[in-house]
Amino acid sequence: MIARLLLALAALFLVAFLLSPESFAALFQPLTKNGAPPIYTQTALLSLTLSHLGLVALAVLASTIVAVGLGVLVTRPAGAEFLPLARVITSVGQTFPPVAVLALAVPAMGFGAGPTLVALFLYGLLPIFENTLTALQNLPPSVTEAARGMGLTRRQRLFQVELPLALPVILAGVRLTAVISLATATIGSTVAARTLGEVIIAGLLSANTAFVVQGGLIVGLIAVLIYEGFQLAESAAARRTGQRLSD
Amino acid sequence: MIRIQNLTKTYDRNTVVNDVSLTVDQGQIAALVGTSGSGKTTLLRMINRLVEPTSGQIHIGETDAATIPPHLLRRRIGYAIQGHGLFPHYTVGQNIAIVPQLLGWKPAEIAARVEELLHLFQLDPGQFRDRMPHQLSGGQQQRVGVARALAARPEVLLMDEPFGALDPVIRARAQADLREIQRRLGTTLVIVTHDMEEAVTLGDRIAVMDKGVLLQYGPPAEILTRPAAPFVEALIGKSERPFRLLSLTPIADIAEPGSAEGPALPPETSLRDALAECLWNGRDRLAVEGGGVVTLAALQARAEGAVR
Repeated sequence: MIARLLLALAALFLVAFLLSPESFAALFQPLTKNGAPPIYTQTALLSLTLSHLGLVALAVLASTIVAVGLGVLVTRPAGAEFLPLARVITSVGQTFPPVAVLALAVPAMGFGAGPTLVALFLYGLLPIFENTLTALQNLPPSVTEAARGMGLTRRQRLFQVELPLALPVILAGVRLTAVISLATATIGSTVAARTLGEVIIAGLLSANTAFVVQGGLIVGLIAVLIYEGFQLAESAAARRTGQRLSD
Repeated sequence: MIRIQNLTKTYDRNTVVNDVSLTVDQGQIAALVGTSGSGKTTLLRMINRLVEPTSGQIHIGETDAATIPPHLLRRRIGYAIQGHGLFPHYTVGQNIAIVPQLLGWKPAEIAARVEELLHLFQLDPGQFRDRMPHQLSGGQQQRVGVARALAARPEVLLMDEPFGALDPVIRARAQADLREIQRRLGTTLVIVTHDMEEAVTLGDRIAVMDKGVLLQYGPPAEILTRPAAPFVEALIGKSERPFRLLSLTPIADIAEPGSAEGPALPPETSLRDALAECLWNGRDRLAVEGGGVVTLAALQARAEGAVR
């Protein structure tokens, strides 16, 4: 109950702050020195936030499609031999630092949103892939056996039984990826992608703590809200299948 | 009818089912009994090609099972397993409708069939149709699982330890219900069980398997009185033999004219239950509903399997 209330307050604060940042100037004033501006105004915070979210959404969507696709592929009899390869691809995607991806992608793609999308996409594959794999490998055996025994084709089993039952666990993977990408997207601003990183970097360059804090605050609040949103979706999906999430 | 001829399944060099031939007549129940690893489940799963035979033939009716694509074959054969295998994200009604839907029945037809089956299994459609499987008791889940297997009116029903997860009281009831429904529908049924008691209760014929080999296939009375191998004898259990034999016959079959004191037993009571009644109450004759008596001497004579 209290957690819900806090979340609602956080959402309210976020919306109010994005719609009218200037009204909160007094709040950030103590963080500035030498009469520096307390609120970032170079670009509207709302517009930066929307473009940040758009970038993350696109990257997560791409990661989800590819990672779920890979997970489905390697759990089919014909694709089982690709499991080690898929593991390598997704693990490297996760361990290769996004900054390095940016550095490598910029010469090929130029400045802007492109390199950031690539970095986020690679970075986000692993959690979704691993969760898809776990979910598809741990379906209740009596259910999959019954589905085969009743004469569902492979495709029908995948779309009518396996994916619906795996959905809660896959969603948990998407949640992790979304939250990680939300934070990681800020570094995109170093290569001129329009993200909230712009505010933080501007703060660092001009030694204005107020900018750093408000950039971080917006990202953090959105991350918490998205995290909670996904958890609601997961438990809804789990409830539909008669499962209970352990946490 | 199911006709199995010289069916063999080998994995690498391991023979799991070894040259098994048997026929189950239309409307009969065949119980496959054996210990775990005897090959009984593999034999069952070859009938609907969940396992592909290494050699041998299976005919369902006049059709050679090998000539039909497996998923189409399976839609013609009912299949019920231990732990029911209900789709947890489907309602009871949707679960029962799965195979009719795969076969392309009209929605009105499907709805009517779901209703009919729920009635048949004593589940009120208004109350149960839209429930999720996890909201049902174990016994109810199991009934829905069997109803689902019967949904598309298959001529053949395969069951793999369908009552294994039920407690004894519910299990006895479920067995009796299955028997009655099977008789009413005329479905040919093959049931796998490790429980001789269940095989004797349900089977018109019992197939005893050990190490992939079919040791004996015959009516329960024959299996009990003339076991073909020491393993069959061991599976029956020496101390249980007379009682299992008695459980095959209703008292109506041996009732004789006369009268007796005490409450009358229904004519479909088994000899075994009648004997228990005699022993417990110290009686030597029991009245049968609708006239007649069963005597302890007659019961005793019926239990003498060895001298038959």
